[in-house]
Amino acid sequence: MLDDVAIKVRQNVGIVTAVLLFSILYVLYNLAHPRGFSSAVLVQNGNEIFALAMVAMAQTVPVLASGLDLSVGAVMTMVGCFASYLLTGAAAGAPLHLDIFGLHLALGTFPGGITGILLGIVLCLAIGTAAGFINGCVVVYGRIQPIIATLATGAVYIGIALFLRPTPGGKIDEDLNWALTNSLGDFAATVHIFDDGAAGWFAPIAWIPVPFVLIVLIALLVWVPFRRSVLGRAVYAVGSAEGAAYMSGLPIDRAKIAAFTLAGFFAGCGGLFLAIQTSSGNADIPQAGAYTLNSIASVVIGGTSLLGGTGSAIGSIFGAMVLRVISFFFRIFDIAPLLQPLFEGLILLAAVSIGALGVLRVKNTLELFR
Amino acid sequence: MNSASLSLSRDDRPILIAALFILVILAAGTVYTFARFGSAPLLSPTYLLQQLQIGAFLGVVAAGMMIVILIGQIDLSVPWTLAAAAMMATSIGGPLAIPVGLAIGLLVGLVNGIGVAYLRVPSMIFTLGVNAVMRGLMVAHTGGYAPQTAATDLMRTLASDRTLGIPHALFVWAAVSVLVVVMLQRTALGRYIYAIGNKEAAAYLAGVDTRRVTVICFVICGGAAALAGVLLAGYSTKAYQGMGDAYLLPAIAAVVIGGTNILGGRGRYLGTLIGVVLIVLLNSVLSIMEMPEAGRQVIYGLVIIFMLLVYGRGERVVS
Repeated sequence: MLDDVAIKVRQNVGIVTAVLLFSILYVLYNLAHPRGFSSAVLVQNGNEIFALAMVAMAQTVPVLASGLDLSVGAVMTMVGCFASYLLTGAAAGAPLHLDIFGLHLALGTFPGGITGILLGIVLCLAIGTAAGFINGCVVVYGRIQPIIATLATGAVYIGIALFLRPTPGGKIDEDLNWALTNSLGDFAATVHIFDDGAAGWFAPIAWIPVPFVLIVLIALLVWVPFRRSVLGRAVYAVGSAEGAAYMSGLPIDRAKIAAFTLAGFFAGCGGLFLAIQTSSGNADIPQAGAYTLNSIASVVIGGTSLLGGTGSAIGSIFGAMVLRVISFFFRIFDIAPLLQPLFEGLILLAAVSIGALGVLRVKNTLELFR
Repeated sequence: MNSASLSLSRDDRPILIAALFILVILAAGTVYTFARFGSAPLLSPTYLLQQLQIGAFLGVVAAGMMIVILIGQIDLSVPWTLAAAAMMATSIGGPLAIPVGLAIGLLVGLVNGIGVAYLRVPSMIFTLGVNAVMRGLMVAHTGGYAPQTAATDLMRTLASDRTLGIPHALFVWAAVSVLVVVMLQRTALGRYIYAIGNKEAAAYLAGVDTRRVTVICFVICGGAAALAGVLLAGYSTKAYQGMGDAYLLPAIAAVVIGGTNILGGRGRYLGTLIGVVLIVLLNSVLSIMEMPEAGRQVIYGLVIIFMLLVYGRGERVVS
């Protein structure tokens, strides 16, 4: 029994480290924060974490198949720009139009109310998923290396985002913004369920921030079933030995396409939330690049090997949270903002270097060159 | 393989196609300018030389990037290595400006190389961290503002002046190119680089100190980025925040469009040269067309995908 636990821990040492690191850092953060351990702080942190956690999950799936998706930030940005058109909360029958090159493209009318919002959300996620599917097809049928293929498609997606929003703008339904970026209690009050959140049984969980609930829901309803499906297993198999996976009759092409498609979906979730949170669409190229790079860092901190085959999206969520909590600390300890990038870089380097110290124990040098 | 490509080796085909594509870009751009302005600036030697002068900075970065890609690694620390070299060169000033700038690049390359070769951290993540550290150091050094210091006269001469009508930056680019070609084709180091890119374990078993070669490659790449930074600071007479950001992805794209395998071990320097010219001309034609940034990004991405679909496709998995 204990042996089993020990084996499990050893197999998942990366994710366990990430979870421990996050727990320690986060408790320290709350202890140091004047209003630590309060719902308000949690809500604020949840909002800051969500988009990066989603993009980190997005990055994980292609990495598991030993690919790399350099377009996750671009997909996120593009979906955010679409959201700023589709989720304005306009009344029923309001014309939906896109502004491109000063042209007004009327795309029919939009159903208002809850239907309109839900339809908008579904459309946004579908756009992200489609972008991921295109990535997968370019990689699989074009037989182009993922890193360079997604570099190129990422440029295209950023271009589309810039067409939609040459300058930051747009609008998001205020109720939607309020409902998703606050605690469960506020959510219930906004959508009028559970006696507007006043139901007795509801009170003990009303403090939980909605973004955290969403992360857990997405992880449980999307990632876990995928990981347990044949395709999910095939993704891991492709990542650890593509030739062997092929010879075993696994659907390697479908697995790769699924990996990129799922990445597009997760990135879409991140973009959707970012747009809802900021109430606008912004085709910010440096921001997209930063999210892509941070997603890779989160994946590595979360214990997923960049060579593919081992790791999990859950670990990446914790990796993303570790990265974010580190930046929370700068606010608490009043470190000069000018020094923040330096510390972030040093911490990232230290984390990966400490993780790499295992090479010093390798006796046969040949084993290093995998 | 059809008969037309039989006479061409696998490494030459991309170069030929990319060169043809450059002609297509030039022709399309000329038709556009002729129809709209009644002139053909794209074909005037002055304009082409000016474009190549701007391309020289990208060319030097791409040369270094190619070496690193050839061993199957990548260097994401180029943007802030470039900026750091430029900022330190301008703030030191005097005769030491250029040596100090280059030394910064070599030092960053050394750190990258040690991390990748000896700690075995994937280059993707290690150079990313080093880039963040360099950015942090420079932000702390300059206070986050554009540095007030100016480039030295020598830097300006190197980057913007001309001899016999040819910009000095082009001479620098040519010198770097000759060095890289000689190194790749005529030295043992060059052979080692290709060998490591193909199979590091095999190169190691054949007696190559693969880790030392990896470090050398990263040092070269850092040095090239620093040289480009010094030149760019000379060209714009000063250093500024984020001056290297526009060079990372185009440099990778140029290397790959030139037929170098992103996984390493395969590719010729001539291809990288052509890739740089292609990207520079594409950019200049798009700016003549007054294409908005959005359209540029889309076209940029589509061109990379198109070129790779033509000749950059991988092997089918068979076992």
